[in-house]
Amino acid sequence: MDSGVALAPLTIAYQTYGALNAAKSNALLICHALSGDQHVANPHPVTGRPGWWETMVGAGRPFDTNRFFVICSNVIGGCMGSTGPASVNPDRGQPYGLDFPIVTIADMVRAQALLIDHLGIDTLLCVAGGSMGGMQVLQWAATYPDRVFAALPIATAARHSSQNIAFHEVGRQAIMADPDWRGGRYLVEGTRPAKGLGVARMAAHITYLSESALHRKFGRNLQDRAARTFSFDADFQVESYLRHQGAIFVERFDPNSYLYMTRAMDYFDLAADYGGSLASAFKGSRTRFCVVSFTSDWLFPTTDSRAIVRALNAGGASVSFVEIETDRGHDAFLLDVPEFIDTTQGFIDAAARARGVD
Amino acid sequence: MSLARTLAQARVDLLRVAELVAPTSRVLDVGCGDGELLRLLAEERSVDGRGIELSQQGVNDCVAKGLSVIQGDADADLVDYPDDAFDYVILSQTLQATRQPRVVLEHMLRIGRRAIVSVPNFGHWRIRAQVAFLGRMPVTKSLSHSWYDTPNIHFCTIADFVALAREVGATIDKSVALDLAGRPLNRMFSPWAWNLMGDQAIFLLHRKR
Repeated sequence: MDSGVALAPLTIAYQTYGALNAAKSNALLICHALSGDQHVANPHPVTGRPGWWETMVGAGRPFDTNRFFVICSNVIGGCMGSTGPASVNPDRGQPYGLDFPIVTIADMVRAQALLIDHLGIDTLLCVAGGSMGGMQVLQWAATYPDRVFAALPIATAARHSSQNIAFHEVGRQAIMADPDWRGGRYLVEGTRPAKGLGVARMAAHITYLSESALHRKFGRNLQDRAARTFSFDADFQVESYLRHQGAIFVERFDPNSYLYMTRAMDYFDLAADYGGSLASAFKGSRTRFCVVSFTSDWLFPTTDSRAIVRALNAGGASVSFVEIETDRGHDAFLLDVPEFIDTTQGFIDAAARARGVD
Repeated sequence: MSLARTLAQARVDLLRVAELVAPTSRVLDVGCGDGELLRLLAEERSVDGRGIELSQQGVNDCVAKGLSVIQGDADADLVDYPDDAFDYVILSQTLQATRQPRVVLEHMLRIGRRAIVSVPNFGHWRIRAQVAFLGRMPVTKSLSHSWYDTPNIHFCTIADFVALAREVGATIDKSVALDLAGRPLNRMFSPWAWNLMGDQAIFLLHRKR
């Protein structure tokens, strides 16, 4: 791993949809975001909720499971079956906790490449993902240019901004400040820093939305009451909503995993690995790129995507760029935004045609 | 940039532009619309084409055709391209709608070894006549907007463009003026006649490095 530590044994949990063709040329890899997992298009085994990208993945959808072999794996450091801080450390016979090595985006991608090797696939038709998933897409294209026919980085950046690192630090401190965190040893000690993780999720969730989306959804409406209660109850709908978001997240996510995921994003700076020049990361790349941003995304604003596009252009790569008009903020990439779905469909279909996939 | 052009005119315009492009070259089409010219060039001339387009629908249409197109515009985005990145940079019927036509032209000459520019001719006799005899801002078939809602904020005549090319140190290698039906005007006509009779003109230019 980038930290210099070797990680073994390594488990990678993954889901696939559709069938790999004989030429093994129709494989699409989806990279999930910070709080995501491999359950892209099936009910979640813990929450029972629909897959997180069912707007995109399925029969007749852009990631058409009738035509393509769609793969999504849980990143290493995650908590849905791939090796992570909640896994058992073979040296100690108990969960790793903070003994788990720091994971980088490049580590995640190297692990995914092992999975793709295991599946016998040489070149992926497309690697796609939003946010932290988009970082993995960029890393894939930089590290394995010949294994990525097309790349679709969405609502992402080639390096995590100072503001985003700051938000992540707030989340981490919320978890670590929870007395039940126990220095990361809560699994061994039989506690669970649910409050801390809930607060981290609440703060992060605000950054996934936009001011206008919040206002449209909640305004200053009160929750199940006619008047203010003159207390610190969740008087406002927006408070109740955030508490709910925090509560349901805690059910399915490991607090230490949250620390590792946020750290991986913070450390991401693709240009730094290429002498400070992002263009060098993509120089001579034959991958076709489609970069997508959303107008109201202030977490990964369009300027971040334009920086990627500039670097790809400077490197002579084939790149398209679309900025989708929406008021739904960063989370727009997970939602039913027709223009975005059309873009994705057009891009993947064109890539399939160019590669001779029916 | 969505300029109101009839389909027939657009086709003629694009075909004339395409004729100026050498096979297997690298092309940037600025304001590429739904990608018709880029597709034409890819299919007919095996060109490696890229585009810039303002409208999201246009970009989506291009992406669906397998073209590499960036959402943006000439004023804001040309600055990001490295020198000599393309063999040709094409700007079709768009220069008059840019905020800084001179800067845009200079970027084109920097990014591309050659630039191809087509401009509507504000010196056409019908336009002159509308101003001269009606005293009204001209509205014609190819320039169909009223003065208050036109995207065309920097009109020029054929003679004006030739002067601008000279000012930025560009050499005009080829030029053709088209009449209202899209037919090339006789090359033997004087420049003065082109400026009077041409509905639009297409220029192939370069600047010495």
